[in-house]
Parts: sequence; structure tokens; C-alpha cells
Amino acid sequence: MNSQRQSPLYRSRLLQPGADRSPDTHPLTWRLRDDGQVVGLKEYESKEGYRAVSQVLNGHDPGAVIAAMKEANVRGRGGAGFSAGLKWSLTLQGDDIPRGYIVCNADEMEPGTFKDRLLMEQQPHLLIEGMILAAFANNARYGYIFLRGEYVESARVLTAALAEAREAGWLGPDIAGSSFDFDIALHTGAGRYICGEETALLNSLEGHRANPRAKPPFPGQSGAWGKPTVVNNVETLCNVPAVMLRGAEWYQGLSGDRTDDGGTKLYGASGLVNRPGLWELPIGTTGRELLELAGGLREGRKLKAWLPGGASTGFLLPEHLDLPLDFDTVGKEGSRLGTGLITVVTEDQSMVALMRNLEEFFARESCGWCTPCRDGLPWTVKLLLALERGEGEAGDVELLDKLAADCGPGLTFCAHAPGAAMPLQTALRHFRREFEQGVRYPRGKAHADPIPAGGV
Amino acid sequence: MATIHVDGQSYEVNGADNLLQACLSLGLDIPYFCWHPAMGSVGACRQCAVRQYKDSEDDRGMLVMSCMTPAADGTRIDIEDEEARAFRASVVEWLMINHPHDCPVCEEGGHCHLQDMTVMTGHDRRRYRFRKRTRRNQYLGPFIAHEMNRCITCYRCVRFYNDYAGGTDLGAFGSKDNVYFGRHQEGTLESRFAGNLTEVCPTGVFTDQSHSDHYTRKWDLQFAPGICHQCAVGCNISPGERYGEIRRIENRYHGEVNGFFLCDLGRFGYGYVNRQDRPRVPEFRSGKECEQGGEQKREPAQEPEQLGVDTALARITETLRHARRVIGIGSPRASLESNHQLRELVGEANFSTGINENEQTCLDLMDEQGRSCGLSAPTLRDVEGHDAVLLLGEDPMESAARLGLSIRQAITSPPAEYAARLGIPRWHADAMKTLAQDHRQPLFIAYPAETKLDTLARSRLALAPEDIARLGFAVAHAIDPTAPDVPDLDATLRSRASEIARALLAAERPLVVSGGALNSPAIIRAVGNIARALARRAKRGGLLFVRREVNSTGLALLGGQPLEWALDQLVDGNADAAVILENDLYQRLPEAPVDAALARVEALVVLDHQRTPTLNRATFSLPAASFAEGDGTLVNLEGRAQRFFQVFEPGYLRPEARIHESWRWLHGLSAKLNGEIPGDITLDQVTLACSRACADLALITAAAPDAGFRIEGLRLAREPHRYSGRTSMRADQSVSEPRVPQDPDTALAFSMEGYSGFRHPHQQVPFAWAPGWNSPQAWNKFTDEVGGHLRGGDPGIRILNPRPGHYHYEGDIPAAYQPSGTDYRAMVLPRLFGGEETSALVDPIRRRMETPVLLLSEADATSLGAELGGLVTVTGEQACVTLPARVQADWPRGLVGLPAGSVPMGIADGPVTLTAGPGSTPTPGEEVRP
Repeated sequence: MNSQRQSPLYRSRLLQPGADRSPDTHPLTWRLRDDGQVVGLKEYESKEGYRAVSQVLNGHDPGAVIAAMKEANVRGRGGAGFSAGLKWSLTLQGDDIPRGYIVCNADEMEPGTFKDRLLMEQQPHLLIEGMILAAFANNARYGYIFLRGEYVESARVLTAALAEAREAGWLGPDIAGSSFDFDIALHTGAGRYICGEETALLNSLEGHRANPRAKPPFPGQSGAWGKPTVVNNVETLCNVPAVMLRGAEWYQGLSGDRTDDGGTKLYGASGLVNRPGLWELPIGTTGRELLELAGGLREGRKLKAWLPGGASTGFLLPEHLDLPLDFDTVGKEGSRLGTGLITVVTEDQSMVALMRNLEEFFARESCGWCTPCRDGLPWTVKLLLALERGEGEAGDVELLDKLAADCGPGLTFCAHAPGAAMPLQTALRHFRREFEQGVRYPRGKAHADPIPAGGV
Repeated sequence: MATIHVDGQSYEVNGADNLLQACLSLGLDIPYFCWHPAMGSVGACRQCAVRQYKDSEDDRGMLVMSCMTPAADGTRIDIEDEEARAFRASVVEWLMINHPHDCPVCEEGGHCHLQDMTVMTGHDRRRYRFRKRTRRNQYLGPFIAHEMNRCITCYRCVRFYNDYAGGTDLGAFGSKDNVYFGRHQEGTLESRFAGNLTEVCPTGVFTDQSHSDHYTRKWDLQFAPGICHQCAVGCNISPGERYGEIRRIENRYHGEVNGFFLCDLGRFGYGYVNRQDRPRVPEFRSGKECEQGGEQKREPAQEPEQLGVDTALARITETLRHARRVIGIGSPRASLESNHQLRELVGEANFSTGINENEQTCLDLMDEQGRSCGLSAPTLRDVEGHDAVLLLGEDPMESAARLGLSIRQAITSPPAEYAARLGIPRWHADAMKTLAQDHRQPLFIAYPAETKLDTLARSRLALAPEDIARLGFAVAHAIDPTAPDVPDLDATLRSRASEIARALLAAERPLVVSGGALNSPAIIRAVGNIARALARRAKRGGLLFVRREVNSTGLALLGGQPLEWALDQLVDGNADAAVILENDLYQRLPEAPVDAALARVEALVVLDHQRTPTLNRATFSLPAASFAEGDGTLVNLEGRAQRFFQVFEPGYLRPEARIHESWRWLHGLSAKLNGEIPGDITLDQVTLACSRACADLALITAAAPDAGFRIEGLRLAREPHRYSGRTSMRADQSVSEPRVPQDPDTALAFSMEGYSGFRHPHQQVPFAWAPGWNSPQAWNKFTDEVGGHLRGGDPGIRILNPRPGHYHYEGDIPAAYQPSGTDYRAMVLPRLFGGEETSALVDPIRRRMETPVLLLSEADATSLGAELGGLVTVTGEQACVTLPARVQADWPRGLVGLPAGSVPMGIADGPVTLTAGPGSTPTPGEEVRP
């Protein structure tokens, strides 16, 4: 076992014992071992592994796969919640259309998110199986796993698993005797948040700057190297084998009557909680349940706010803890489900400092393509820094409002800047006083030194 | 067509456009940065936001980027929406965060798109109070100055340089608010289209270094509609003058020829106009050739005596009158009018084109093939629409670079119907680029040397001229079996020929490009056969021949004897006087025969604007106008007659100067010779006379409006209305301001008084300016739609069109090239920088020239014992040269490639011998220029 995983700081750990997990209720994690060791090919095969591939590929009906996925309504687990089945049904196929690509978006870099890592580090074959099924459904010739560069352990595990799968005939020509051919390459990124944006990911994969592409055309029309391409998140793809084996109805039923969304979700918690980690739970689990599973806040702190699914989601308040965490409900409260890994903010933490930290991240990770993101976010950071230091000017908070509003959806080239604007807007709405406290100077008064040497 | 609704008004627009294009074409102003008419939309800058409504019911709508939104039928938008305006103001405010306030010292100031857009959006208060980001600049070579602090990160530079022009050494580095546009390290930009960065960049990051060396604001420059004289493409230029010097060349939009872009030779090769050593007054040299003991000798050189105009005309007339016979030698770098006037002076029987025999044979063949084979010559815009290109024995990137850029566009654009199936509109630049990676149009190149288009080519064949011709004949045969077959063709070439034929037949619009680069009539005949074969298969194909010089096409139409004939007349004593028009004979034939012929001339009259070796031998020399000081008509390689107009009056700032158009001088001589009083003549009279004298040139009077043209009763102003300093710019000479020069020849005025607007359509636009549009983007105000045609019509008139019905195939197929084993054949290959006579006199061009090398095959280099980069001496019958050797892997055996402009004339006229090491007998041609 990797020493990193034994560290108490290692949070990409499932906090549900094996006894609590079964094939019928935990499609993503039931095979995981309590010792955290990798589920190898043998073990995977012995636990229904690649059974879906054998069945589906020899059914020779890609349309049925897409139909099942649509019916199961597997919504994209990367955070956007777009139906994977619908995405697949929109991917171009035909005799005069070249076979394209399946790309697994494994560039997990959303702050506070570490769920894909668990799946890749401990159960790589589930992802591979999901990709084979997706390739079959979308008539893809080749697959790429675009992996976050810092996920060294995932890279090691995936590399070994790909070799195992290829050796066993699950990848390559004529998979499982179905005459379907497909293979997968692992591509490790260079550590850019924007590569998680699917079209920036494709540009990066092609060897270009990781700037997003304008949509339309969507990747399903003209993706990697101009060919039809499906980009799905790790967790999304990991749901496919179970949907194929057990059916859409079963999948829909997993969440009971908590929500309209079906299936389970890898939820998690981080921040000042007692037991940060991951749980596979029915989608629609509430924030309060998650906090309880995480053992509550450390040292009796009080909850001030929480992010439902990563840094690019809006802040929710303690009063929102009983909402089911699904894609639509959270959206109605001015936030998004995002990745479903909650981050808690306690009463003793400064929202201004927190926002400055987050915006620094978003400003740093801007690809530099469109103006609002490239030049607006750094300005936001400088204003927040001034407020944090108590050197703000009258009008700074209103300027932050305006900057956040100007980074709204549709105004910027991709969803990066809107993702940076959402927490800022919600923080300004809920905790405005904290920001206003940083204002010290009247508006527009010249500094003694207009450009403070070495200053912001 | 589609109907769109903008701010409550309905308009008819082209539904294939995006909203930004459509609105700009309607004359509505929307600010923008990253969009460019020639490069399409990428949606990066977010400056062009407008509010779009779903339908007439929708009263909320949402902000969209107009450049990324199709102008579909029924689209409803508001440009003047409050929120859209506020957002556009925010975008400019962001862009200005790091932009320095250096407009007063910035060379972009006054023609800056960023200034225009900032004013348009109304941003005038800075709220950002923090530190600005600063950058280091790079040395980018003699053409381009770099000031990265001004960058607003619109990405236009790399999109033009890399995506459009195929460059590889300019990149975007870094990310977030720290994107740096430059080279990986300092050094000269490698692309031959780098100069366009100065116009593509919306602000002052990339500026014209040659302009910087003698900077003047745009509003203080005097302009005229010019034609680039540096090659046969005939790009439209807008030269700007101040204090009697051309200060810069900017692109003059032409919807069919150069569009928005020029090559660097055209943009930076103007300096010969400003040379201090130019002849500015008539001169007389008493030194005379004489024979002493059977050898040519020249009397000790004397300082030329300066003459007044009347004296010069009188003495020259006197001399010519006493001559037994006067030979006139014209020039393909002079206007039709000047050549015609020379022919009038000496008579048709005594007129030579001044082009050497071999080149003239090729030119006549090109003309004949071009007219008789059924395919018409495409304009450069047409070239971009062709979907398969065969380049046979020509390298347009060296000989007609702007054409090379158009060929690049033809090859790199993905098939339109496939893009349409995916729902990708043409203007969606990045999506088209992604698609184009796997969907290039076929390009085949047959040329001995590597070319800058090779990376795009499906295949390239390095062949000797004979084999290129054989390949061409074989392609024709493969297209149409009734075309003659090539005997003994080797199997490789045959399969290549059928591959090429298949690709040309599969294309909707195949294009064949050839020219005189290899001086091979056989190649031109072979190309004619391909064109005929394609025409027989009813292809909407095109055929284009590259000529060497700006008026080669026109002079071939005017006709005349080759230069060798003229020299023979002089050597044989059939004539004892010669008038040479803007032609340096030493650039055309070996030194010895030229020397021999000129030595026999009793009276040699040379008209030129440069002090050439030929002019230095003249008994009388007359200072001719360059393109900047004179008017005239030229015919470009597609057969388009175009007029260029005088930019400034040389005598205004240099009262001693007596520079006139050659046609004016020659008219004066004619008149005096005929005993008439040489009254003045105007351009229109000469053009008309020329058009009547030559049936092929009958249409040239329509190349541009005549001198009587007026708009609203006004002449066209050469100077912007903000032109300053007119009353004082001559104050160092005299405090009284002279009357502004009058222009009897054209409809333009040497003044800011006159028409300089855009609303009235006109064809000849000296400079583009419209209220609020000071940058080159102002051209959008002059076009029928952005990137379309000038509303007044694209300048010039096509005078060459194919005649139907001449489908007989040529059958004179050469034998395959066989290296002799002992001798080599030298081939002088065209070279963009340094290969052209006048621009090679210009400092920035000389600094941009690549080190001349000679090209050898590996086998030949080995057998010679030549080391890589070591010197090899090429010795011919009449000349020899020593250059460093470069081995090209697929260079044909038995050939040696030499760079034009760095080798003596005549070296390629016969077999040469090669020896490793420096030559033993130094000759003038041996000098290796940097």
C-alpha cells in the first residue's frame, strides 16, 4: 500500500465498511476492499467484473445501450449534471462519419473534491469497463483517460490495470469475441484546473493550449481532432456497468423517493469536520446526514456556511442542511450540486479571506482566453486582498458585485469565470457585512504612494 | 438572405454571416477586437456583446457575443441595450487595466483600433487602482518592433501568424492575466508575412520598425492609391509620405487581389525611393567608350555634369537626331505608359522589351497558354476557393509571396460541405481549424528546392525542369487520354502523375500554378496541356502563371524584341544610339555582352530612378519617377490592369529635383524630335494612346477613373483632414509657402482639401478613414460587406480572358534529364528577400536576406568532396561564383541551385563545373553578400 494512503490527512477514503456495501445498493463501491488495496483484474472479474462488457458487446446493439442510459438518466457526475444517455444519443454516428473517441475526464481538480481519485486508485477496472461500454455505444475507436497530473498514484494503478485488461483481451481487437475493437491510453495532464472543462481538455489532449472551445459544435459533433468525441467524468462512466447489468429501473430506484434523480452518488466532506472522507449514498442525501457521517464539526465549532460541491458552487447556509443534495434542488437555492463533496465553513473563519483564497485560485487557473475571466478575476483578487487587509475603498464591495455579475454565464467564454463568480456572489449576499468591514478609505482618494512599492 | 431586427429596425443581411459581420456590413458600429474579417470569430475578447431576444414576444432576452451568433433569419437584437452597453464598457475597462497610457509616444496612436474602440464604448475613467503588469520586449528583426506592455491579449497575432500564415515561431506563452506573445527567444520573425502583424494587432504591440526609423503619425502622412512594384501580384498598397520620403507602406484593401494582407517584401521594400544617391536631375557624362587595341576601354570617369530640363531635352534631342538608328530598351518594371512612350519615340521596329530572350519566350508562352487552354486565371480571392492545387515548377512563396499565402488558405480550409453537415459556419474559426486538421485539400508540388508550402503538400517531387515538364505532360495524359503520352516515363513518375490526376479530377475546382521560376518553356507547355485536359473534362478549374516582375505581363502584351536582339543591333553597328527605360541591363544578361554592346553606343540615354550600373554608363541620364512620384498602369499576373498614383511631388520639398515620370520625359523627347514645342502631356493622353496602339491593351483606360473624376465636385484628398504642418514644413527653405503642387494627371489632390469620406463609393482610396475608425479596420466602411469588395468596385480591370475553342495539345515533350557526370546545370531560383532588383537596395530587406547558399544533392556533394557549409565554386562560361554549399536530401543530381540576386547573370546559361573550395580567379560575381 502506498504510504500516502495511510496518512491521516489522506481524505480520498471510503468511510463505509464492506459489510455496509452490497452490489444492489452500492454500484460504485461494493467491490472496494476495507484495506484500501487495489481491486485487481482477478478480483474484479470474480465480482461481476467485465460481465456487462461481455453481455452488451455480444448483444451488438449500441442503440440499446444508449437507450438504457437515457432511461436510467445517469446525470453527469462531473458537476454539470447533463444526462449521459442524452449526450451519447447526440454523438454523431454513421457510415460516413469517422469513428471517434471516448475521453474520460479524470482531471479532478475542483477544490474540495477527491472522489474520482478513490475510484481510480482502488478500482481502475470499473472505469475501464465503463469506457468500453461507452465506446461501444458511441462507436468510438479509441479512448483516452485525461488524468490530473498530480494523481501519480492513480496513474500508476491505471497504467497497470490497462496493461492487465489488454493482456486479458478486454482491450484491443475483437473484445470478448464481439469483433468490437477498442483501446485506451492514459494521458496525464500538466496540472491545470481548466483542463477539467471538456473542450479545454480536448485542446490539451491534442497538444494545444488548454483554451476551451466554443460550443457548438459540441464534442459529439467535432471533438478531438475534429472527430465525434464523448467526454464523461470518471464517476459517470463507473455507473455504466451496473446500469447495463441491473437495468435502468433498478438504477432509478436506488435513490428511493428522496429525489427525481436516480442512482447513488459519491458524497464527501472536507473542512473542519471530524472525519473527512467519502461515502457512496443514494443521491438526494442531505447535507445534515453528511455532516453527521463526518462526525460533526471539530471542537464544537458552529457552522457558518457550506459549499455543496466544490469551490465553484455557491455558498449555502445552515438552514439549507436539510435539502436533498441532487442536481435540481440545490440549483434552486442559488448554488449547484457540483461534485457533491461538501466543504464546511465555520463561524470563526473569515469569508473575506476565504473568498480571496478561492478567487486567487480561479484567477490563477484562468486560461487567459476571454477578457472577463483573464482581467476581471485578478482585479477581484486585488479588491478582496485590499478588503482583507482593511485597506478597501468605498465602492469596492459594489465593484465586486459588478465584477461578479459581469462574469455571469453567457458573458464569458466558458463556465470557469461563472464558477468563480457564484461563490463570490453568494458570499456577498449572505455575508456582506464582513466585506464592508474592510472598507477604510473614501472612494477614489489617492494613496500617499499611488503605486505601493511591492504592493498589490 | 435573412431578415434581422436590430434596435427595432429590420435589415436584409447575408444569413451565412454572424451578427457582428452582418451589423458591420450594414454600417452599424459594434466594437470588437478578436474578430477579423479574414480570420473569422473566436469569441475571446467578449467586446461585441449585444442583447438577443428569442422572438418578438421575448422582452428580456440575454446578452450574446454577436461574433459567435449566426445572423439567422428572424434574429432580434439590440445593440443599444443598456446592459449590453454597460457590459461592453466593462470589457474595455478590463482591457485597459494593464494597458499603458503611452498613446502620445506610441506609434500606433492615431491609427489604433484600441483607441477607436475605447472611444466608441465611452470608457474614460480608470477605476483600477492597483499596480499594472509590465513585460519585457523582444528584438524581432528588422521589420517588427515589439512592445508587449500594450498587449490586450486578443490573440489576433498568433491566429494570423500561425493559423493563417503558417508561421511557427510566434506563440502565446503563459496563462491567466500573463499571456505573452512573442518568440521562444529573441530573434527575427521567420514568416514572410510578419509585417501584417502591424495591422492585425489592434494596438501598438507590433509596429512597423521601418516606419519607426522615420516616424510620422497617420494623419500627417500623404497617401495615394499605389501598386506594389516588387513582384507580379500587383498588391494594392497605401504608401504614406512625409518630407519627400515614403515613411511606410500599409495594405490597401482589394477584394480580389490582396485582401487585407501584404508580404514583407512589399511592405518593407520601399526604401529605394528614399535613397540619398538617387538621380534627381538630368546628367551628362562625357566619358565615352572607345576601342584601344581591340579592347574595350573607358575613359577616366568624370563627375557627371548636371543639366537643366530644357538643356537636357535639347542636347539629347540633338544627339538622337544625329544618330543613324536609335534602339529603345523598355522594362518590365516600368509602366505601360512609359514603355509605350519609348516605343513611340524609337518606333516599333527599334523597340526591345528589355527582357532576355529565354524569359520572353516563357512570357509569350504563358500568355498564349493562358488564353488558349480554356481555364481562366483566378484572382487571389478565387485561389482561396480552389479545392486542389498543383504547383508545377514554381515557388510562389519566393516569387509571388502573397499568392503563396492564398494557396495556403485554399489548402487549409476544410471541405465546406462537411463543415456544413456538422453545422459549423465558415466564420467559426477555431472549429474550422479543428476540423481542418484531418481535412486538408490536396496540394502537389513539383519543384527542385524545398518550399515554404511543403508542409501542406500531399506530396512533393524534387525534379529537374525536364522531369517536371514530363510529369506535367503525364498528368495531362492521365486526365485526358487523348493528350499525348510521355515516352519512357519511369514507373514512379507515372504513378505520381496518375495520383495527381485523380486528385485534380476529384476536385470541384482544381488549380494549376506554374511560372517562369525555372525558365523552362517545356514546363509551361506541359501546364497548358493539363489545363486543356481539365477544361475538356469541364472542370471549373483555374490556371495561373507567375511572372517575375510587376509589369512582365503587360510588357509581353505590348510586345517587342528581346534584349539580346537589341544588344546585337548595337554590337553589329546597326544602331548607334540607345534609350534605356528603367532597366539595369546587368541584371538581365552577363556583364561581357552588355559591356560590349554599350561600348559601341555613341549616345546612351538612360532613364531610371536608381543609380544602376547601366545608368552610370549613360551619356545622358534622366531622373525617372519611382512608383511614389509617378502614375502609370501595370498588368498583374492574373491579367488585371491596375493604375498606381503619384504619392507626392518631389519638387515640393526638394525644389532642385527634376524627377518626372519616364513617359513624360519620353514625350518631351518625342515632341522635340518631331520639331514640336514640347507642351505638357497628361497621363490620360498617354494611357489612351497606349490603349489604341495595342489591341490587347484596349481596356487599360478603364483601369481607374480619369483625371476628370470628381466626387461632389471634389478631387480625392491625398492627405487626411487632420494633416498638419503644411505651412511650415518648407520653412527651412523659405518662409513663404508655395502653392500646393497641381496634379494634371489624376483626380487626386496634393492636399487635405478634397473628398476623403467613405459614403460615396469610390474605387481609388488613398487611405482608409471614417469617423471613429482611424485604424486599418476602417476598410470595413468602404466595402460592400466586411471582407467583400469595395463598394466603388475593386480597382483595376481584367484585360486577359481565355479564348474558347483551342484544345489542341502540345506534343513537344522533352527527354528525361540525365546528369552528365562531369558538368552541372545551374538553376537560379527566385528568392523573396534579395532576389528582386530594387528592394535589394533597401537596408531592412538586406538585413532580412538569408545567407546565400548553393544547393547540391548529397551524392554530388560527396563526389565533390564538399563539406557541409564549405565553399563551392561554380564556374560557367561567362561567370563564376563561390558560395557555401547546402545539401538537400532530395535535390536532383547534376543540378546546382543558386539564389537569385546573389549570383552573376549568365551563370545558368550553360553547363557549369563545380569545385570544392574558393575560386582561383576572383570575379565581381564572387562577392558573397550577407
